[in-house]
Amino acid sequence: MTIRPKNAEAIAKMRAAGLVVAEVLELLRTLCRPGITTAELDAAAVRRMGERGARSLFLGQPHPRGGPAYPGNICVSVNEELVHGIPGPRKIAEGDVVSVDVGAEKDGWCGDAARTYVVGEVSPDVADLVLVTAKALEVVRREARAGVLWSAVAGRIQALVEGRGFSVVREYVGHGIGRQMWEPPRVPNYVGADMARDDFLLAEGMTMAVEPMVNMGRRHVRELDDGWTVVAADGKPCAHFEDTFVIRSDGAEPLTRL
Amino acid sequence: MAKDVIRLEGKVVEALPNAMFRVELENGHRVLAHVSGRMRMNFIRILPGDQVTVELSPYDLAKGRIVYRAG
Repeated sequence: MTIRPKNAEAIAKMRAAGLVVAEVLELLRTLCRPGITTAELDAAAVRRMGERGARSLFLGQPHPRGGPAYPGNICVSVNEELVHGIPGPRKIAEGDVVSVDVGAEKDGWCGDAARTYVVGEVSPDVADLVLVTAKALEVVRREARAGVLWSAVAGRIQALVEGRGFSVVREYVGHGIGRQMWEPPRVPNYVGADMARDDFLLAEGMTMAVEPMVNMGRRHVRELDDGWTVVAADGKPCAHFEDTFVIRSDGAEPLTRL
Repeated sequence: MAKDVIRLEGKVVEALPNAMFRVELENGHRVLAHVSGRMRMNFIRILPGDQVTVELSPYDLAKGRIVYRAG
């Protein structure tokens, strides 16, 4: 598999797209309050993208297995929903765990990131779930440097998550990103026999969206009939954090942080 | 936005004619799988009960290719 590093000009453009994503995520954090609908979050996000000269990467994204194209601008996944929740009339309630995933294209280049926000008071184990998932991205920042095999980083993510008694989702993975949202390679958050063949060496200038998806209960997930929404099979809460990174010699630099 | 893995782990439940196998995936689905050319070249034998990695066809999720045998 050839994974081509990006040059400085491309990275600068991806940074510009990433900043829009970061700004939208911050806006969504302030809006995530009881009573707002997920469709209203979607509308606010797409308005801000437009103001910044960007467009949603998700709207109209073809289904990977021939289902319907993605109908929303962002993904909003609540509680047992892990990823790809379609915005709609659902109202956010006190105690919800809300994962928002935002992708923007600006000037031909892409940025993709996600955060999980808790609304009001949640139980300590839910707070821990969100904290650990966020921490997994700090592991990436520190460990994913040029010359390291991705499996070494994935192993550390998995050890962190499983060490707390949570589980890493395997059916969905991160991805390379650049002019397209989904570029090679696949970037899993676990180490397994199926992955060993696809392991790759990190090189300076590689850009990828790393997105640990963590279930509080068992790791199994299923897709709802809408063709997109992925939920934890056991109905327990999940968390999802993602940043677009560029690999450097001393670590991974996030492009989707303010 | 997360990408699907096309590769999933499963267990061979039945050997069929023409080097085809029925594999039960971890998510409970059963798929019809053939053995990848690379595995045939290396004479890797597959028997019912083996833990295998299956690459699903993006066109037909009921069909796949066995790309790895654990152990």
